[in-house]
Amino acid sequence: MSRRQLILIAIVLLAACVLPFVVSSYRTFQLTMVLVYSIALLGLNMLTGYNGQISLGHGAFYAIGAYSAAILMDQFGWPYWATIPVAAAVCLVAGFLFGLPALRLEGLYLALATFALAVSLPALLKYHHLESWTGGVQGIVILKPEPPFDLPIDADQWLYFFTLAITVLMFWLGWNILRGRMGRAMTAIRDQHIAAEAMGIHTAMVKSMTFGISAMYTGVAGALGAITIQFVAPDSFNIFVSIVFLVGIVIGGLASISGAIYGALFIQFVPNIADAISKAAPWAIFGIFLLGFVYLMPMGVAGAVRMAVARLTRKAQNQSKS
Amino acid sequence: MEAFLHQVLAGLATGGIYASLALALVMIYQATHLVNFAQGEMAMFATYFAWSLINAGMPYWPAFLLTVVFAFFLGVVIERVIIRPVENSPVLAVVVVFIALLVILNSVTGWIFSYTIKTFPSPFPAEPIFGSYITSHQGGAIGVTLVVLLLLYLFFRFTPLGLAMRAAAQNPESARLVGIRVGWMLALGWGLAAAIGGVAGMMVAPIVFLDPNMMGGVLLYAFAAALVGGIDNPAGAVFGGFLVGVLENVLGAFVIGNELKLAVALVLIIGVLVVKPSGFFGKVLVTRV
Amino acid sequence: MNLKYASIAALLAAAVASPVAVAQKKYDPGANDKVIKIGNINPYSGPASAYGTIGKTITAYWKMINDQGGVNGRKIEFVSYDDGYSPPKTVEMARRLVEQDQVLLIFQPLGTPPNSAIHKYMNAKKVPHLFVATGATKWNDAQRFPWTMGWQPNYQTEGRIYAEHILKNNPKAKIGVLYQNDDYGKDYLKGFKDGLGGKVSMIVSEVSYEVTDPTVDSQIVQLQASGADTFFNITTPKFAAQAIRKAYDTGWKPTHYVNNVSAQIGSVLKPAGFEKSVGLISTQYLKDPDDEQFTNDPAIKAWREFMRKYYPEGNLHDASNVYGHAVAETMHQVLKQAGDNLTRANIMKQAANLKNFRSELMLPGIRVNTSATDFAPIESEQLIRFDGQRWQRFGSILGK
Repeated sequence: MSRRQLILIAIVLLAACVLPFVVSSYRTFQLTMVLVYSIALLGLNMLTGYNGQISLGHGAFYAIGAYSAAILMDQFGWPYWATIPVAAAVCLVAGFLFGLPALRLEGLYLALATFALAVSLPALLKYHHLESWTGGVQGIVILKPEPPFDLPIDADQWLYFFTLAITVLMFWLGWNILRGRMGRAMTAIRDQHIAAEAMGIHTAMVKSMTFGISAMYTGVAGALGAITIQFVAPDSFNIFVSIVFLVGIVIGGLASISGAIYGALFIQFVPNIADAISKAAPWAIFGIFLLGFVYLMPMGVAGAVRMAVARLTRKAQNQSKS
Repeated sequence: MEAFLHQVLAGLATGGIYASLALALVMIYQATHLVNFAQGEMAMFATYFAWSLINAGMPYWPAFLLTVVFAFFLGVVIERVIIRPVENSPVLAVVVVFIALLVILNSVTGWIFSYTIKTFPSPFPAEPIFGSYITSHQGGAIGVTLVVLLLLYLFFRFTPLGLAMRAAAQNPESARLVGIRVGWMLALGWGLAAAIGGVAGMMVAPIVFLDPNMMGGVLLYAFAAALVGGIDNPAGAVFGGFLVGVLENVLGAFVIGNELKLAVALVLIIGVLVVKPSGFFGKVLVTRV
Repeated sequence: MNLKYASIAALLAAAVASPVAVAQKKYDPGANDKVIKIGNINPYSGPASAYGTIGKTITAYWKMINDQGGVNGRKIEFVSYDDGYSPPKTVEMARRLVEQDQVLLIFQPLGTPPNSAIHKYMNAKKVPHLFVATGATKWNDAQRFPWTMGWQPNYQTEGRIYAEHILKNNPKAKIGVLYQNDDYGKDYLKGFKDGLGGKVSMIVSEVSYEVTDPTVDSQIVQLQASGADTFFNITTPKFAAQAIRKAYDTGWKPTHYVNNVSAQIGSVLKPAGFEKSVGLISTQYLKDPDDEQFTNDPAIKAWREFMRKYYPEGNLHDASNVYGHAVAETMHQVLKQAGDNLTRANIMKQAANLKNFRSELMLPGIRVNTSATDFAPIESEQLIRFDGQRWQRFGSILGK
């Protein structure tokens, strides 16, 4: 990674650390959700953007992560931070297991299968035989974590920093995976499936692993989301969540790590803007925003930023040459 | 035994609903190789247009025909204005456009017409002529779906226009080389799909009542039906629709209970697809490497 | 010169005297001399968007009140946000209203999961969480959640009323139940089963459906096949209409109880077909705007005028718009009673101090009563039976 990129990341991180002290609790809460969504979107982007497997069902993994955290905290009294690794493990396995039969499916068929997953999960969560675990339709209420060691910050700020730390970790991990052998295998499979197989890449293993890792990311996001909102219910995890995640990675930028952050900002704040513009048909306004973004930036915000930067550097180079 | 028969017939009736929308999905796929997630909302919007006409006093059949024409033009316009700009963008960007279309249509319809359910008239007699298990309308709707299927089959198989459309979808470059106006083929495809969707909506509304969320639940079933029957095969889609309807009813009533029937039905369908990826009647695609 | 000293003296006198008067006015965030800021969260989008009209009716009501001079000389600033019936969004909107917009209270947030999500938060922040738009029983808990209060008769009580009616009139009945598979449906079912007590086995078939199901025809067929002769229909309007119609068309024709939310003439019985709805039993506490017996009722006529003037795009056949007006009237009464003491504590005190308050949109005999231990404003309902044209009230007013 170039020095310029490192400096940029350092600046962004610094700003992220300062923010909760200069904005209200409410905004800090919103920013925590942005971090949560960015982890989820990075997960989905790995699967769909880098590996070419479309998923209309990542809301299901988000829900599994959320409920894992909620059940551990509510039924077994686990502390909130201990639920994150468990949610990650559960979703890693779930994603891998789902990825196996999905190997036979591509494109539309995979979309249907993931769609089915997203639709079935709320039904399972409401299933009366599982009610004593999941809380059924009433859901589960979770207690808000308190800052440890009597730090002089409030609960919202603590939760923000906790989430930020995990986000940084997940992004760093993801960056390493994507630029290593695994990442190259993933994109190879996406671009030239048969050639990749011929080159000795074990496509079945890579594809299933990608599914697992992608699900793990989204599951971690789900757990963090549950802790931030302090409530889980089947109604929180309907098909819209999966669709909004897909919208998020496309708007943010497919096959891009920074795209996850842009996408998260979009899905957190644009619905609020749409609501402010029109109470009568807020989702129509949201739809118009979607169209606008896709028309103006078909490669997503990350793609547009990349092009803008390239154009600026080219201009600078041309000027320095002449 | 009687209960089982009753459930099967009820399943065929609901299956007819899924089949009619599945036909529209197959149509749009054959024309563009994309599945339009907004197909249900377009159908619903066309049905509201019909409702407005009938509410203003127009008799049923003129309103029906006018709506089919309106839906056709709506499809063409949407393709030319909204889909065209993203023709060369990645597939997922187009999917997002479909999603945008879906939410816009749903939201705007709710705003204009409110969310209270409305009755939509049926052209079929009110007395049940197929026994008390299935209303005349439900039987009639199945009949209409089969007629549309027949027309589609004839169109694609025996008309030059149908052939041109299929060519444009399968291989746009070669199609252009032989002189086919690919852009207009796409628009035509959208128009036809929207028209079929409009018919589907007008057949469905008397059964489920007209409201902006009418097609939401149907879309998933129609999607599954289209895939399990073979996404490029209209007859397969209709078969798939009936299969899904009956399966869902029978599973819910006799096997797994209503809470999980959708999940189990979908699992079974996906099982079929894993074994037979092109669906029951789809063509197995062989791609050149 | 003299005039100047006189006026200064007058000012001084006033300054000395006024602390006594000023001390009467007490404000918490969201209230001042000119404005009272009220927050609201409604599903204007998403699966429950049909109920968004309630938020719009209430918005129109406050516009009308402001046109008439406001409440105790103050205008109402009504801030309503969309949560799409998604609990995470509800949490965000509640925090926005309380922490950013600094409203005095949150009024009529809609739905059980959305309200469950903000239940603890509102009580921790000590902000009134008033007249929530759900019939779940848990909002009536003055001890543990002193800042939350429901409004409509709760679902479990209603379920119990039907159970008791069946036990009294048809003790050998075989009951089939259709319920929506969410908190709403399950709450009704619980009350119904509690009301049957030891006779729960009278229920021979219990069938659920999801809001995403296109039809409930299969479920009706299942219920008919179970041999039930009595049918408890716990649905929302669209599915209620389908169920009523199908139950008639298949020739089943059971003794048919339908829950209050779906006992509306305009949005349920008319689509289902009046002749197919004869004999339907339900309970009611509000006047149905499409019921002929209320065509010339002064309150309904005034409501229609209100709709025409302040919410013209609203549907005059949607009973939710009557509901919205009636609950807004109740909030209005609380604000009136609070007078110049607009602290949150006093708002709760006045909300818990409603004595025999009535909106004329309520059926005769229905009253709103609250106390420090009774956080259930409306507990009375009337059994009604549809005769093909109107809902006939029968029996006495049940509940308190």
